[in-house]
Amino acid sequence: MIRACTVDELPPGESVRIPGPPAIAVFNTEDGDLYAIDDTCTHQDASLADGWLEGCFVECPLHAALFDLRTGMPSCLPAKEPVRTYSVVVDEGVIYVQGVAREDAA
Amino acid sequence: MKRVAVVGASLAGVRAAQELRAQGYDGGIVLIGSEAHLPYDRPPLSKAFLAGTASAASLELLDAGDLASLALDFRLGVRATALEPAARRVLLSDGGSVHADGVVIATGGRARTLPGFERAHTLRTLDDALALRAALVPGVRVAIVGAGFIGAEVASTCRSLGLDVVVLEALNAPLAPVLGPELAAVCARLHADHGTDLRCGVQVSGLSPAGVELASGELVPADVVMVGVGMTPATDWLTGSGVKVGNGVHTDAGLVTGLPQVVAIGDVARYHADGAGRRHEHWTNASEQAPVAIGNLLAGRTERTYVPSGYVWSDQYAGTLQLAGHPRPDDTLTYVEGGPSDSSFVATFERDGATVGVFALNNAKLFNRLRRQALRRPAVV
Repeated sequence: MIRACTVDELPPGESVRIPGPPAIAVFNTEDGDLYAIDDTCTHQDASLADGWLEGCFVECPLHAALFDLRTGMPSCLPAKEPVRTYSVVVDEGVIYVQGVAREDAA
Repeated sequence: MKRVAVVGASLAGVRAAQELRAQGYDGGIVLIGSEAHLPYDRPPLSKAFLAGTASAASLELLDAGDLASLALDFRLGVRATALEPAARRVLLSDGGSVHADGVVIATGGRARTLPGFERAHTLRTLDDALALRAALVPGVRVAIVGAGFIGAEVASTCRSLGLDVVVLEALNAPLAPVLGPELAAVCARLHADHGTDLRCGVQVSGLSPAGVELASGELVPADVVMVGVGMTPATDWLTGSGVKVGNGVHTDAGLVTGLPQVVAIGDVARYHADGAGRRHEHWTNASEQAPVAIGNLLAGRTERTYVPSGYVWSDQYAGTLQLAGHPRPDDTLTYVEGGPSDSSFVATFERDGATVGVFALNNAKLFNRLRRQALRRPAVV
């Protein structure tokens, strides 16, 4: 389980990047739902935490590939591969990401 | 409509096929491509693919699942040679033909070259990139004619391969007509910072075995020469079809040509908006035009008109350049974060009190925020 940030640090519509590997992007949607996915776009090296959040989709900031935060699936080109999704828990005002298998730094 | 012929199997053609299915069309789709390859993505051809860090397979636009769900009838390695609207037929270079009640023209174009440079490399197709890549062996000296996006990206890739690069640009600053003088200077700085010898305001006159000859009489020594001076829309096959052409395929504001059931999208489409013909040679444009053109094709009339986002990106050296909107070089530049000498900054183009463009170097997050929140876009019709 990885600590992301406090609930106060991630208001609705915002995102935070947890350095990796793998780097993780955590989003708080306008509806107040928390999601965590791999931060790196599967198309090209871009941080999805820098992307545009719209509903429960995030648009890659470089080439506008759209990922569903619930499933990690891309819904349009240029991405073809999904990003991994992770479950998020909140405990005493702190947001944690679960199930991340830490990779050795290359 | 029972069968649609999509002429052109690059991004615009693929997006057209995807939109046909997405909008409920369940008839036949024939996808005609002049190249033998399955549809692939072109932007990496000047970057990771040229550098050898991306494989040809990674460029494919459609995976096995997409191919199965789209159910396309591919005609690859053949060119469309004529459109016969009365017979509802597209003629092919292999002597065959395709009957179709709808036609999507997505033929893009060919890389332009210059007189005297017919034997130089150009870069538009996968095969062009393979040929150029094969020539970029250690120790070769590279000369690039044209400091636009393609020229700058190829120069950047060549530098990453450790090659000496000279870029020859006719303008006094790279991309100045698009970005204005101040940001053009930023682009020039990127070249200089990374060891590329950028020479602006030079006229080239021809190729010699020793390199590139300039109009001044000077010889720029080079072993590999690439010309990146834009493209020519591929419309010659439409001669006599009744489709109006001239610097692209002329359409209305909804990408519909003068013929019913014939639409055009991508680099080749010259659509009419605000009293002028407009054509864009960019990835995002090809992608964004598809829903509009296909919607109108299926409706049988122009129900939607196209409003471009004007989004363009370029990766040069350590920099990601992003531009949105339709700025003019005389717009007022305002720095929102950082400044032109920084490695990361965001600027907006202002005209008559409105933000008409956003430019960023290495700041995608703020760029996208401003692009959405500050950019004045024409009302969507």
